[in-house]
Amino acid sequence: MSALLVLAGVALCMASGLPSLATRRASAATTVIIVAGGLTGLIGAVLGLTGGPTELSLPWHIPGGAVAIRIDALSAFFAAPVFLLAAAGGLYADRYWPAARTRAGYVRAFFGIMTGALALLMCAANTILFLAAWEIVAVSSFFLIATEHEQAVSRSAAWIYVAASHVATLALFAIVALLHAVTHNWAFVPLPHGTGALPIGHALLGLAFVAFGIKAGLMPFHIWLPGAHAAAPSHVSAVMSGVAIKMGVYGLVRVLSLFDAVPSAFGTTLLLAGIASSILGVAFALAQHDLKRLLAYHSIENIGIIVTGLGIGVLAQAHGQPFLALLGYAGALLHVWNHGLFKALLFLSAGAAIHGAHTREIDRMGGLARRMPWTAAAFLIGAVAITGLPPLNGFVSEWLLYVAGFTSITRTPHGGPVLLLVLVVPALALTGALALACFVKAFGAVFLGTPRSAAAADAHEVPFAMRVAMVPLILGCAAIGLVPALFAPLLSSAVHAAAPRLMTTVTLTALLQPIQMPALIVMAAGIAAVLILLAATRRAAPALTWDCGYAAPTARMQYTASSAARGLVGFFAWAMPPVIHAPQPFPLFPSAAAFESHVPDTVLDRVLLPVLRRARWVLSFARYFQHGRMQIYLVYLGVTLVVLLAWSAQ
Amino acid sequence: MPPIADSILILLLLTNFFILGTANLRSAIRGVALQGLLLGVLPFFVESHATVRLVLLVIATMAIKGVVIPGLLMKALRDVHIRHEVEPYLGFVPTLFLCAAGTALALLFADHLPLAAADRTGLFVPASLATLFSGFLGLTTRRKAISQVTGYLVLENGIYVFGLLLYQSMMVEVGVLLDLLVGIFVMGIVLNHIQREFSSLDTERLSRLRE
Repeated sequence: MSALLVLAGVALCMASGLPSLATRRASAATTVIIVAGGLTGLIGAVLGLTGGPTELSLPWHIPGGAVAIRIDALSAFFAAPVFLLAAAGGLYADRYWPAARTRAGYVRAFFGIMTGALALLMCAANTILFLAAWEIVAVSSFFLIATEHEQAVSRSAAWIYVAASHVATLALFAIVALLHAVTHNWAFVPLPHGTGALPIGHALLGLAFVAFGIKAGLMPFHIWLPGAHAAAPSHVSAVMSGVAIKMGVYGLVRVLSLFDAVPSAFGTTLLLAGIASSILGVAFALAQHDLKRLLAYHSIENIGIIVTGLGIGVLAQAHGQPFLALLGYAGALLHVWNHGLFKALLFLSAGAAIHGAHTREIDRMGGLARRMPWTAAAFLIGAVAITGLPPLNGFVSEWLLYVAGFTSITRTPHGGPVLLLVLVVPALALTGALALACFVKAFGAVFLGTPRSAAAADAHEVPFAMRVAMVPLILGCAAIGLVPALFAPLLSSAVHAAAPRLMTTVTLTALLQPIQMPALIVMAAGIAAVLILLAATRRAAPALTWDCGYAAPTARMQYTASSAARGLVGFFAWAMPPVIHAPQPFPLFPSAAAFESHVPDTVLDRVLLPVLRRARWVLSFARYFQHGRMQIYLVYLGVTLVVLLAWSAQ
Repeated sequence: MPPIADSILILLLLTNFFILGTANLRSAIRGVALQGLLLGVLPFFVESHATVRLVLLVIATMAIKGVVIPGLLMKALRDVHIRHEVEPYLGFVPTLFLCAAGTALALLFADHLPLAAADRTGLFVPASLATLFSGFLGLTTRRKAISQVTGYLVLENGIYVFGLLLYQSMMVEVGVLLDLLVGIFVMGIVLNHIQREFSSLDTERLSRLRE
């Protein structure tokens, strides 16, 4: 039943763009179809999470391939947010990218294809189908990133994405081939006992780290992510950031689940990469002044937190610490859901702010809370959730990882690599504090203060449909934050599908129960505080904030995105040197001057692009073989044939 | 294998040299037409008793390879107004030497192939390989697009001779013949377009199209 519903949801999502492609007037039909598809699939996924695994297989003419769907708890766990975001994003797009706007059919069609293929990928039981869905997601994402392809920035983001995606796909091809070589089966079946210790097992894990690391945007493979998320339409960014990068996490977890024992070194790798991603991701986010790039770097941070959790799980399992492993896996998987919810909420509300102020530059916004109160509230809720503050969901998953970190300090009898787990608590704390600073800056500069541009001053609240699309995400954030024990059984079955050999006596319900009451108290206190503040401001007379005695303050005398984060960004200058264009020392009678600073991506702009430019020069000698002369090409063909014949004759 | 078939195959090898050695495009096409006619009659001397199918095959082969395709090429040659010189990259004498060396190697190589005993006798396999090689030479050493077409035709003739070894399944050959005809049509159209675009059939000009 659940497999059938999921497949129906996939089909509806994929087909949803057809009416819009046919005629502009049918865009409402697209919205209805994608919302219906998302909800159908969501019901199927929830049924799959609560019931046992179900399968569905249709023949396919591709050798080794089959349209085989298997909904186990892990697939259902990853597919559920995809369907939810497909429905929310589809509804949001109805107003955000109205039918009258250019390329409305194009955006709707590729959005439907991307979300449908994404859900199909999470449920594929056949590796060839997985590969096919993976490529469909990659290609449709490419087109969505290049939506505004008249802008050079969008084009370059799309090309970088496609290059990174090709590398990941190449590695995935190798993974599929290796899996087949070991199991002689094109389905995802458990690997033989002890594969993890063999060279082929190491190759599989290494390739999985690269392929899925690139897709997930794990540092240092994150190069495509900030540009792509910034260039795509906001509802697409919400899906890409909320669920599409999770296909990397899903692939990693799926491949790990096939091993009977993953080497502890791989756990160490995951842990260190995760910690590096989370800290540097948030540090880069602090330095951004494009609202969507800022959110994109936060995706890298959150993927880092998820991978840290997986690292804890693998490492602890390899060293026989089931309780720690349970905490690691549960924290990682719950954070997959949480990040999907709050990051989508943030992207949708950021999209609303961009819709209102007609710019992505934080320094051209300001004062939007007064003009767009609903959007501001939604963004604030998302910000509280992402920074891991109680009582919202970000806190719950990070709390599980904190517990893992503290437990590892108090009981690590073996020492060795498990000792690395003591890094978890300081890393998480640093990440959380920096994320809080970053969202204080972002919320303050975008929604508080006074407008910095005429467009921001004229901003108005977004249409009803766009606000409604954010409601299920807010409810999700609040529900997981306030009553996490309710979700513990679902999480538990997903954890056991991810790590089939994990045996624990502790249940997640027992772990999550104790934080419910404090969360409720914090929420009640928070609501009370807001009410009291509102009542107090009603009585107060409106006046300017203290303006340091300036007689005529202007909107430019506010903290900007750069100045608010200046101190913290300087702290990370060793990893991300800023580029500053400052005026020379002023002469006696200064004329007009300008100050500008930005932080280029260290991996992409300082390492990869210069290296590739050199490589292009070296490889240009290969053009010598490309004369454009057909006769010579025929000689190449002939020589190749003869060499192959001679080689095969031996 | 009847001696007449071997004599025809020797004639075929001689036409290879003629096609590669001639400086005139028109005579190269005539050589190809001669090859087509030779190949056309060949099945009569392979199959012991004539059937309707065999007769039809022979007529079709001779008509298409010997008359229709050369006719199309001649028409193309008239249409595109070019000088009727072959203009090779490699001189005629080295080409002929290479062709001779290839033919000799083919004779030697055929002895080492794991063939059925019935196919070992006669010249079928070496003639086929040698014709293939001369076709390849024609394709790679000639400048004009039309001489590439003749090279391709010679190459295909080599494959045809090999196919005769399997005369039970000659239906496949008929299919190939049809493909060939369509291919020549397409090439004719392409030739005209190249001519219109570059005012020349020199494939060297095509290198402007590279990236």
